[in-house]
Amino acid sequence: MMKTAAKIQASLKKRYAAERRFRSYGLVSVAIGLAALLLLFISIIANGYTAFQQTYLKLDVQFDEAIIDPKGTRDPQTLARADYGKLIKKTMRERFPDVKNRRDKRKLYKLVSPGAVFSIQGMVRKDPRLIGTTQTVWVPADDDVDMLIKGYINRDDPESARRLKDKEIAWIDAFAATGSMEKRFNKTFFTAGDSREPELAGIWGAVVGSFYTLLVTLVLSFPVGVAAAVYLQEFAPRNRWTDLIEVNINNLAAVPSIVFGLLGLSVFLNFMALPRSAPLVGGLVLSLMTLPTVIIASRASLQSVPPSIREGALGMGASQMQMVAHHVLPLAMPGMLTGTIIGMSRALGESAPLLMIGMVAFIVNAPEGPLDPSTVLPVQIYLWADTPERAFVERTSAATLVLLGFLVVMNGAAVWLRTRFEQRW
Amino acid sequence: MLNQKQAVLLESPAKSNEPAPPPPVKIHEPDTKTVGRVTVDKPIMTTREVDVYYGDKQAINNVSIDISYNEVLSMIGPSGCGKSTFLRCLNRMNDTIESAHVTGKIELEGHDIYDKKTDVVTLRARVGMVFQKPNPFPKSVYENAAYGPRIHGLARNQSELDEIVENSLHRAGLWDEVKDRLSQPGTGLSGGQQQRLCIARCIAVNPDVILMDEPCSALDPIATAKIEELIDELRRNYSIVIVTHSMQQAARVSQRTAYFHLGDLIEVGETSTIFTNPQVKLTEDYLTGRFG
Repeated sequence: MMKTAAKIQASLKKRYAAERRFRSYGLVSVAIGLAALLLLFISIIANGYTAFQQTYLKLDVQFDEAIIDPKGTRDPQTLARADYGKLIKKTMRERFPDVKNRRDKRKLYKLVSPGAVFSIQGMVRKDPRLIGTTQTVWVPADDDVDMLIKGYINRDDPESARRLKDKEIAWIDAFAATGSMEKRFNKTFFTAGDSREPELAGIWGAVVGSFYTLLVTLVLSFPVGVAAAVYLQEFAPRNRWTDLIEVNINNLAAVPSIVFGLLGLSVFLNFMALPRSAPLVGGLVLSLMTLPTVIIASRASLQSVPPSIREGALGMGASQMQMVAHHVLPLAMPGMLTGTIIGMSRALGESAPLLMIGMVAFIVNAPEGPLDPSTVLPVQIYLWADTPERAFVERTSAATLVLLGFLVVMNGAAVWLRTRFEQRW
Repeated sequence: MLNQKQAVLLESPAKSNEPAPPPPVKIHEPDTKTVGRVTVDKPIMTTREVDVYYGDKQAINNVSIDISYNEVLSMIGPSGCGKSTFLRCLNRMNDTIESAHVTGKIELEGHDIYDKKTDVVTLRARVGMVFQKPNPFPKSVYENAAYGPRIHGLARNQSELDEIVENSLHRAGLWDEVKDRLSQPGTGLSGGQQQRLCIARCIAVNPDVILMDEPCSALDPIATAKIEELIDELRRNYSIVIVTHSMQQAARVSQRTAYFHLGDLIEVGETSTIFTNPQVKLTEDYLTGRFG
């Protein structure tokens, strides 16, 4: 018969091998997860980083009084209504005097973004003394020009397959040759609302819409969620009813979000007649979705407060309410906040339920309050992903990057809160 | 609003070396199998035929015992004998356990503490408790000692509160050690200091009875000695009931000792008598270390 030590020796190799195998399974899984994440980030960044720059054209615009204000009254109404497009067209004609053909002229004018009109109008309204002078103005180029400069339109393609014809490319090259064209930081992307013209479209409207929506969600779901959790965890008797409530809260957390959208559509819009596309309704719908998350996280956090603290307070003659308010709640608060932030970041990334309540509309202006029609970041991404213009592809990715940035910041805050206020007993 | 009975409960007798005359209590001779005299002449608390059930399981079986003014009563017995359970009946801490069910009569100066009219908040202010594991609140030392007076509204202004806090820390023998760090968290003190802080917190509301549930089991011998000294000191003003696993501790600090076994109160008597001349074989076996 073998000695015990020898038996153990014989089995050791197998044991260690199994351990190594198990560890490598874990490593492989982690690696797969990380690779998927990396792939996602690389593809989004690679597609999106160019959107943070935009091609601008330098024009020497002559602020012709005959066009802007023929009567010379400097009346703000007149200045607002003047045909600034004419100024730009004139500038372009003077720059390329060879272009005679009407169709070619129209193509020439289209190299400049329609937004240029607004920037020139803005300049004049701000300072009417500019009238009669000639100013050097940088105006955004049309998205096709931008795409050519960024290399998304291939010059080697046959002319018929290109959005820009040879003539247009020649004009663009002429701009470039004289140093009248450069890529600048795309401020518009961060300050403007949505637009049909990619070079004028921005995420600001969606960001503000998301902000109001999340504000409504937070204001509703945090107090209600915490109150429900405190009641269920600390005060409610344990019986069949509370069991039923608990099961239903857990079920609610697993309901597909589109269902909440349908509920919002029928209750908030059709029955209560709240305004369509408003962050208020979006926030209401997202609160319904976030509440179970907040309640579950808050209950877990309350449960983790050690019983010795409760006993200490009760033993002093504190009432149940005092025990909760003075001791349990402050200790559970970081955990509750963490849960709430995670619920909020889920709400920020949510688009399906908001489609149902009309937040998918094309809205140019940023909302000024939770009752104004607006859209939110993920819906804006969805809208842009659906447009045919090539320039919206990079903007879709850029907006996704911004959304991911917000999510990373929020989840980072949750992690920070958790470690910063972690209590050890 | 307090009703009349609660108002009477609130009024605690003046603390002095002389025990206050107890209100007339009808001495009810208990029907018990306990060996030794369970009653005292001037009880502050009386318990009669107390049974405690956890669900269907009976944890305490027909226990009757009195607690006198200015005495330390120690309760000893092997693990699971129900001594902690019984202790927790005395300030109704068992209320927090949903399945627990208490029958029999427990009176504090003649008032049934399980009566519907008795407010548990008032009761716990008069019968304080110190737990096995030091459990200071994760707040400052000052806030720990000030918590009781604050919730019960015992101080009219800040200076009165300061006085109560200083006084109770003094009486718990902790003042000199913590006077420079009153604003630091109570959880940052050493184990022994934490336990004395818990005692200070308890006496800050000036209770009549202090219940101690193995207060030294988590402490080293030096800290234990300090607590024992303190218990002896506190006896001048309070009645103390202490549950302990250490027979030496019971012998050192208490005047009377009660021996519990499997939910029964086997024997009660003067500590000196019990330790030198136990009447029951079970008590003797436990005390001599034949089981435990």
